[in-house]
Amino acid sequence: MRILVQTTCLANGELSALIAADAVAAQPGAIESEAAARLVAAGPLASSVELDLSGVSEWDSASISWVFRVQRAIQAAGRSCRIGGLPNDAAGLLELAGSVPERKGARRSEVSVPLLEGIGQQAVQLWSDLLEWCDFVGELLVSLSRALRGKARIPVRDIWVTMEECGPSALPIVTLISVLVGVILGFIGAQQLRQFGAEIYVANLVGIAMCREMGGIMAGIIMAGRTGAAFAAQLGTMQVNEEIDALKTFGFSPMEYLVVPRVMALIVMMPLLAVYADVLGMLGGALISSFALDISLLRYFEQLTSAVFLKDVALGVAKSCVFGILIAVSGCLYGMRCGRSASAVGIAVTSAVVAGIVAIVVSDAVFAVMCEVLKI
Amino acid sequence: MGADPEAHIVVDGLTMKYGDFLIQRDLSFSIRRGDIFIIMGGSGCGKSTLLKHLIGLNRPFAGRVLYGRQSFWDASLGEREALLRGMGILYQKGALWTSMTLAENVSMPIRQYTKRSEAEIRDIAEYKLALVGLAGFEEYYPSEISGGMQKRAGLARAMALDPEVLFFDEPSAGLDPVSSKLLDDLILELNESLGATIVVVTHELPSIFAIGKNSVFLDADTKTMIAFGPPKELLESSTDPKVIEFLTRGVGRNGAA
Repeated sequence: MRILVQTTCLANGELSALIAADAVAAQPGAIESEAAARLVAAGPLASSVELDLSGVSEWDSASISWVFRVQRAIQAAGRSCRIGGLPNDAAGLLELAGSVPERKGARRSEVSVPLLEGIGQQAVQLWSDLLEWCDFVGELLVSLSRALRGKARIPVRDIWVTMEECGPSALPIVTLISVLVGVILGFIGAQQLRQFGAEIYVANLVGIAMCREMGGIMAGIIMAGRTGAAFAAQLGTMQVNEEIDALKTFGFSPMEYLVVPRVMALIVMMPLLAVYADVLGMLGGALISSFALDISLLRYFEQLTSAVFLKDVALGVAKSCVFGILIAVSGCLYGMRCGRSASAVGIAVTSAVVAGIVAIVVSDAVFAVMCEVLKI
Repeated sequence: MGADPEAHIVVDGLTMKYGDFLIQRDLSFSIRRGDIFIIMGGSGCGKSTLLKHLIGLNRPFAGRVLYGRQSFWDASLGEREALLRGMGILYQKGALWTSMTLAENVSMPIRQYTKRSEAEIRDIAEYKLALVGLAGFEEYYPSEISGGMQKRAGLARAMALDPEVLFFDEPSAGLDPVSSKLLDDLILELNESLGATIVVVTHELPSIFAIGKNSVFLDADTKTMIAFGPPKELLESSTDPKVIEFLTRGVGRNGAA
């Protein structure tokens, strides 16, 4: 490779620089010759720069883009740039690339946000998200009350279809998870209780834990991942396809037509799934007790009936209703406000699942405090 | 402009924004009853946004959209619903409800707004589908038919309630020249036989000259309308270089002649 920088004194006393290069773009030495060109252009000496490229034998897109870059760098430094030794077709392409000036303000640059400003922006965003939630929930409540008073047209068929999708179809996965949770609880509990010879209290542990907490939470998390995601994806895709716009312009309220049926379906199915999860969890506990702890099934169930009361089950059911509402609302909310691209649907689904699970855990914590205060 | 007795839709000082981003400002024009009105302009100038303002999907930042003498956004919810009922909209991609068959798509608005029996609704849906050349496709789902057929089915749905005004958002986008011509013919026929006012957003020159009786030209740089009038007259007499460039595909009036 060869870089030659030659400066000539012009008649008016200014200097002209000639750069001869025979290695451009991907060839070795390209970076050095580009750096030399930039250096000469930015230096105080030269008023014009000439590139001599007659030594370059092969031309492709990479080499033309190299010349384009160097040319722009020289021009940006306020020097005039002449290029010699460019084959005709390459010169034509170069001219075409430079023919439309870059649109002002079109280029996007990464703006680095200071830490404090970033935190502030996040906080403002969080606040507006919260307002949006409130807005959505308020509108939903109005629509729900209209629906319950029979004033809104609710597509009944959609309620049934959604109920089937989020209820019976979820039974296998709910079965698997709840039985395993029951088994795990029983096993861990038994290890600890054995130290006191109190293995029989495994029944209390499993029963109370499943009914009050785990049944609802596990069903909720499964539903958030399964149904919440499905809601967000369905509504998001409808948003992308302009289907929701079409509903609006035909005078159908998307809230009544799309959101209310989904929320209703999930409010009905969540408690049922939670009770189902409770029962299977306790069965899981029974399995581990009879096989690993030598507690007979009869003893287990006697102990269970003396430990678990209706109020425990009722608490779990009440919680699961709330979880159902939260999952449906987050799924529908993120679906409805989805952007108009394929990636926006992905973002909507992710946000819906994350928000659904966070909402479940947070509301469960609120329930825990309330139960403590109310001595339930 | 509101004084024009024939005016069906009047846009009065409309300014449109997305957040802080100005789309178009100070739009004022009127659309006569029974006209085929073209909203044209280069890509990204806000044609579709203007359409969304006309059909009440977006709220104007400033100005009014009047239907007859009634301002859309100042009307009560019930009045607005009545206005919406008089509109039919064909969306860019058809926007059929994908969970329903074509017949269900067409019959849904009819079921919502009229008290007809199921058999009657079924008949109307079949008739509307036949009108756009889709007889026999009643039980197909939108995903099972081609893009052009989806668009025609969308048109059947837009006509379900015999609207007074039909909006078309880029009707020929994504269609081959022949289908696009057929759709233009269909638009002309509907305009003649139904007497409906038709508003078309498009940048397809053949369509503009074939069907347009009146038009408005939106400019992306100055962010307002720079021409108003029948497209053929604009081609002959407009003095604005941007309008001439657009209507002659950048060739210029002399080049085209």
